[in-house]
Amino acid sequence: MENAIQIKGLRKEYKGFTLKDVSFSLPQGYIMGLVGPNGAGKTTIIKLIMNLVRRKAGEITVLGKDNIGDEAEVKSRIGFVHEAPSFYDDAPLKDIKAAVAHFYKRWDDKLFLALAGEFGLPLDKKFKKLSHGMKMKFSIALALSHDADLLILDEPTSGLDPVFRRELLERLSGLMQDERKSILFSTHITSDLERTADYITFIHDGEIVFSLPKDDIKEKWGIVKGSRALLEAQYRRLFRGIRETSVGVEALTSDIQEARRTFDSDVVIERPSIEEIMVLMDKGEHYA
Amino acid sequence: MKVLISNSSPDPIYEQISRQIKAQIISSDLAEGEALPSIRKLAQELQISVITTKRAYDELEREGFINTVSGKGTYVAVQNQELLKEKKMKIVEEKLAEAVSEARILGIGVEQLKEMLLLLYKEDE
Repeated sequence: MENAIQIKGLRKEYKGFTLKDVSFSLPQGYIMGLVGPNGAGKTTIIKLIMNLVRRKAGEITVLGKDNIGDEAEVKSRIGFVHEAPSFYDDAPLKDIKAAVAHFYKRWDDKLFLALAGEFGLPLDKKFKKLSHGMKMKFSIALALSHDADLLILDEPTSGLDPVFRRELLERLSGLMQDERKSILFSTHITSDLERTADYITFIHDGEIVFSLPKDDIKEKWGIVKGSRALLEAQYRRLFRGIRETSVGVEALTSDIQEARRTFDSDVVIERPSIEEIMVLMDKGEHYA
Repeated sequence: MKVLISNSSPDPIYEQISRQIKAQIISSDLAEGEALPSIRKLAQELQISVITTKRAYDELEREGFINTVSGKGTYVAVQNQELLKEKKMKIVEEKLAEAVSEARILGIGVEQLKEMLLLLYKEDE
């Protein structure tokens, strides 16, 4: 199976932040959620894929092509939504659309106009007059209108209400009926990913913590809730993160079976949400 | 085909799907040769991962309940009637075994259990 995105040893250094040798791949035909706290490096990875910033080291292949060597072709096949969409501020949307359409061989004007109608986009209004949510919707409509093989969405749901978010997610899973399409979706609203995402890549402090099929995580990971006895040294190796409160301890494990064997009935073992994993791994030291 | 997913169930979603489809095949609500939605269609309908629906179908295929014809689709397999009967018996057996072990834990004797069974059976008629 071809990978829609393949990243190897990607490195980027900023003052005070380093993206450390990031490697992961997204198989073609699937949706990957890129999650992590603010400042973890999600947007940096996406900017590097889009070749908007210069990398220090590493290799990125998109749809089988080098993202820099074949930049024009690669970009024509990507639908990109930036976390803070920016276009020429003083131009009305319809002019921006006309300029953008020009870049894509497979631009579908009918589809764009249908989406614009559905999203309630005021095409005669200047870009700068739009709210953040409206700018996002405009950017999403553009990204969806040229039959892209890969959608790269950087925090596309921030600033959008739950109803539109759900509609967008349903639209995205509609696109996935075509098994050649793929989606990379960064978000800190992890509930967006609980349902349709196929893979979850969790990044923390510039490093990939894991990149796994969501079902594997849902099946194998667990949260153990119990007393402070969980803090004993013998259990440390079981946990990927621990949160202490005045009334007890919550610990994250990536082996729920072993946790069930190890602890008896005085603990509660539950399946974690992606958000809980993110919070616990974030707060806990890394034990494993 | 009907599939309902519970997010609060401790059972993995793929298992919930395969169990429900299996039950509909055994009860003949899904007829032999009937087409099932594609894994991608089902994932969209249920708003879940394609990997999940694929796993559910893989399991059903392994157990001989469905067939996938590549390029065409997925169909309910022709069921061997003897085998189907056995599968039905096995489901009842499993449920009874569950009831028996629960009864043991609660200290309910075999006579009492028989009585309960008779009562329930009559009630249902």
